[in-house]
Order: sequence, then structure tokens, then C-alpha cells
Amino acid sequence: MTTIEVRGLTKRYGSDVVVDDLSFSVEPGQVTGFLGPNGAGKSTTMKMIIGLAAPTRGTVTVGGRRYQDLPVPLTEVGALLDASAVHGARTAYDHLLALAVSNGLPRRRVDEVLVRTGLEGVARKRAGGFSLGMRQRLGIAATLLGDPSVLIFDEPVNGLDPEGIRWIRDFMRSLAAEGRAVLVSSHLMSEMAQTADHLVVIGRGRLIADMGMADLMHANSDGTVLVRAGTPFAHQLTAAGGTVRDGLEGALIVSGLSGEEIGKLAAYHGIALSELTPQRASLEDAFMELTRESVEYQGAAS
Amino acid sequence: MNTLNAEWIKLRSLRSTWYTVACLFVLGLGITGLSMSGASTAYWGGTDADRAAWDPTSQSLKTFIVAQLIVGVLGILVVTSEFATGLMQTTLAATPRRNRLLAAKAIVATVVAAVAGQALMFMAFFIGQALLSGQDVPYAHLGDTGVLKAVVGGGLYLSAIALLAVSLGAILRATAGALATLVGIVFLVPALSGLFPDWMLGIFNFWPTLGAAAIFGTVPDETFPHPWLNLGGLWLGVAAVLTAAFVVFRRRDV
Repeated sequence: MTTIEVRGLTKRYGSDVVVDDLSFSVEPGQVTGFLGPNGAGKSTTMKMIIGLAAPTRGTVTVGGRRYQDLPVPLTEVGALLDASAVHGARTAYDHLLALAVSNGLPRRRVDEVLVRTGLEGVARKRAGGFSLGMRQRLGIAATLLGDPSVLIFDEPVNGLDPEGIRWIRDFMRSLAAEGRAVLVSSHLMSEMAQTADHLVVIGRGRLIADMGMADLMHANSDGTVLVRAGTPFAHQLTAAGGTVRDGLEGALIVSGLSGEEIGKLAAYHGIALSELTPQRASLEDAFMELTRESVEYQGAAS
Repeated sequence: MNTLNAEWIKLRSLRSTWYTVACLFVLGLGITGLSMSGASTAYWGGTDADRAAWDPTSQSLKTFIVAQLIVGVLGILVVTSEFATGLMQTTLAATPRRNRLLAAKAIVATVVAAVAGQALMFMAFFIGQALLSGQDVPYAHLGDTGVLKAVVGGGLYLSAIALLAVSLGAILRATAGALATLVGIVFLVPALSGLFPDWMLGIFNFWPTLGAAAIFGTVPDETFPHPWLNLGGLWLGVAAVLTAAFVVFRRRDV
């Protein structure tokens, strides 16, 4: 099984440190979300993974080898960094054919990836006339040419309509389900919440978090419970060891007691509850919390 | 070999490639045709010295001045169109060995330019001589002294310019910048050559449009007694620029 290993990766442009001593791995069989605010260094890191940019320090290997040393790169790694990076005057078929031929792949692979991405009907049309969604599919078709075990996508859902977003999301999931290692970058936590199994969060080029999606949710849930009761209940909650503050519309926000304990307490006192909801910090909140220190340009709070 | 094959697919799958080649022949032969119309006046209206230096081969091949620019555009676009569209990222992800990629691009562009340029030179020669023969002025046959050398040398001259253009494209990465530089090299520097200091004159012996163009002559020229040396010098100069292109293409981030 092929993994991507990033070790101590650093990239400087002049005095700017864009990627700073970054280490993480991308494992097979799951979608790894690569998350960070704009300008955090995600694209630069991806460029270093596939050898487009040279690291100032550190190493990155795919299946134990540097990308430049892979004998037939497309059979090991498929990368889509920029969907608009096609020559608009070339047909989808010719674009894919040139790529396949450059790696000695058979011509039938072109037809196969066109079918898999639903582009067989426009294969002979010039890519310049494609919508963003179709270009995205063409880019994905190119990544699949060599049937690689590692896939890398940079902001694949940017600018897509809901249908396109859903298609890409399902596609990523199915690629991971086939046992491939999938690395997907995004600056939207909500997007990752629905796609990724594992998260690597960076800010200003540094690693902020490297954890499973479930761990992240858990680590950042604040453990409060929202309670609505028909009669006053705050006093009993405080007496039982909870801390209570007022929420919206007469709700109580309770910490220090679990939902189960609160339910039992209400039953004991014969109080009817109309709502009992454990509060979970949204992933957006968790992300904001994680990256607050590292956002490049912060709007002043008004 | 795969890389070479892929680059050829890329070049032939663009309509602009074939428009450029069509343009080469239409403009190239058009200029040959037009430039022959005044031949009679030029020959019979000139002095004895003019008539002694009469070179019908060179006249019919004068079209190289425009052809070199069109061949140059072809060579430049092979590299810069990929930078302009961002396709270079995809290409380098598929072919991370950059030396191999640039070599493939250089070979494909140079071979296309050599074939098209050579065909143009032969056609320009035959059309030009046919037009001259109708005007009661001396004209040349392919078998005459120095004629084949001029026609074949012309094809090699145009190939060298295409290779120079590929190198400029790889160094400058932008179509406009590379094209401006090429125009500067083949047109501006020759036009201003009188202004430059003496020590630069040696380079001009091998410069496009100047010394290297001596290959197009069939009448012995005292300034350039060995035209193959001048053309060889051009190729050496191009090789130097190409080497620089390889170095920067290998090093730079894309």
C-alpha cells in the first residue's frame, strides 16, 4: 500500500516561510482532508509532493521514493492541482491521449477514464468550451489514467454547483473505498466534514492538527447540554453540581452534567422537559478555534 | 521515446500549429512571388557590377526573412503555451524528468521546422526561378554551383531559429517576452548593427539575418568566404542558449 510521507518539509520564498517544518502522512483507504485558511501553504505543499516545487528543507516521498524517481509516475500518483490547466484548443481526448502516451499507457485507458468521469459524449470537443464542472471532471479523468494508488486534489469543489460538489464528494469516497490514499485540500471545514476520514490542519505553513475526524469533533465539543423545561429547573441543576447559564428563549445551558444525568434529575423532581440536547461545537467553530492564531489577514472585529 | 511521442501528439492536435505552417507557406511563397516582379528592371537597369553580382538563387530565398519569424513563433509556442495555460504543471507531473521533457519539445519543434522550412526553401527556389525565367533575366538551376548548398542550408538556418525560439520560450516562459526577444535578435540587432562597437562585429559573423544568412548566396562573397562556418557558428550560439534553457528549466519551480 502506498502512502505519502511528508517529513520536516520547509519552503521559503525569499524571507517568507510558506511551509514550515511540516510532517504528516497520507494513508491508503481513507480520504485525508488537508485544511487551512487561504495562504496557509496547502498548494505549495502539494506542489512539493509532486516535484513541481523544490523543498528548501525536508523530504517528501510517495511509497518510499521521491516523486522525480518514480519510473512511471501516473501509475502511482494522480494529481489535480488546477482544473483550468488545459490547453483550450485541444480536445479532451487528445489532452488525455498525450498524457497517457507520455507514460506509455495504452490508448484504451483514455476511453476508460472518459467513461468513468462521464465525459465520453464530449471527448472530441475542445476543452476551451467546457464548463468549470466539466474541466474538473477532465482533470480527474487525467489523474485516473494510470490507475494510481495515490490521488491528490487541490480545492476540487471550488466554484462548482451543488450537483458537481456532490459528484466530486462521492467520487473521493469511492476512490478511498477502493483502497487508494486520497489527499484533498480545502479551506472549508464544512466540506471536509462530509468527505474526510482524517484531517491535517495547517496554518501559516505549520501543522496545527493531525487527527481523525471523530477525534476532532470530540476534542472540540464543549460538553454542554441545552435544556428546556416547563417549570423552573435551574436551582435543582445547580444543587446537583451543574453550572447553569441562560440560553436563548428561556433555555438553560448546563455544563458539568451529562444529558443522562439531567434526564434522571428531571424525572426525580417530576419536571417535564421539552428539550434535552447535548451541544457540540460545530466543525466550523473547531476550525476557527484551531486556526485563529494563524489566519493571514484578519478582519477587525466591529 | 514516449515523451517524444506525447509532445508530437500535443503539437499536431492543435489547430494553431497547422495555421502557423499554412501561414509559413502562404506568406513565404507570396513574398517570393512579389519580390520577383521587379527583377527585369533591377537587372537591366543596374550597372555592370550589379549584373556581375546577380544571384537569382539568393533572390528567390529572400523570403527567409519573414519565414524565420513564423518558424520562431512555432518554436516559442511549444513551450510558452503550456506556461500560459498552466498545463506545464500537468505535463511535469506526468513527466517529472525535466531534461527529457525539454529535449522532446526541442526535437519536435526543430524537426517540424526543418521539414516545413526545407519544403518552403525548395518551393521558393523553383517558383522564384520559374518567375525569373519568364522575364528575360539569368536564372539558376538546382544543379548550378552553390545552389543546392543555399537551398539545403536555408532549411538548416530555419531549423536553428526554431531551436533558438524553443530555448527563448523556456527561459522567458511568456509568449510576448520570448517573441519580442526573437524579433530583437533577428530584426532589430541587424538593423542597428552599424551602431555597435567593433569588438561586437565578430559575433555578427554568426548572427541571424547577418553573417549566418551568407548561406543563401551562390555568388562568392569576399566578406564570408566560407558560409558553412557562419551557419555552424549560428548553431553553436543556439546550442549555448539551449544549454542555458536546460539549466533554468530544471531549476525553477513551476
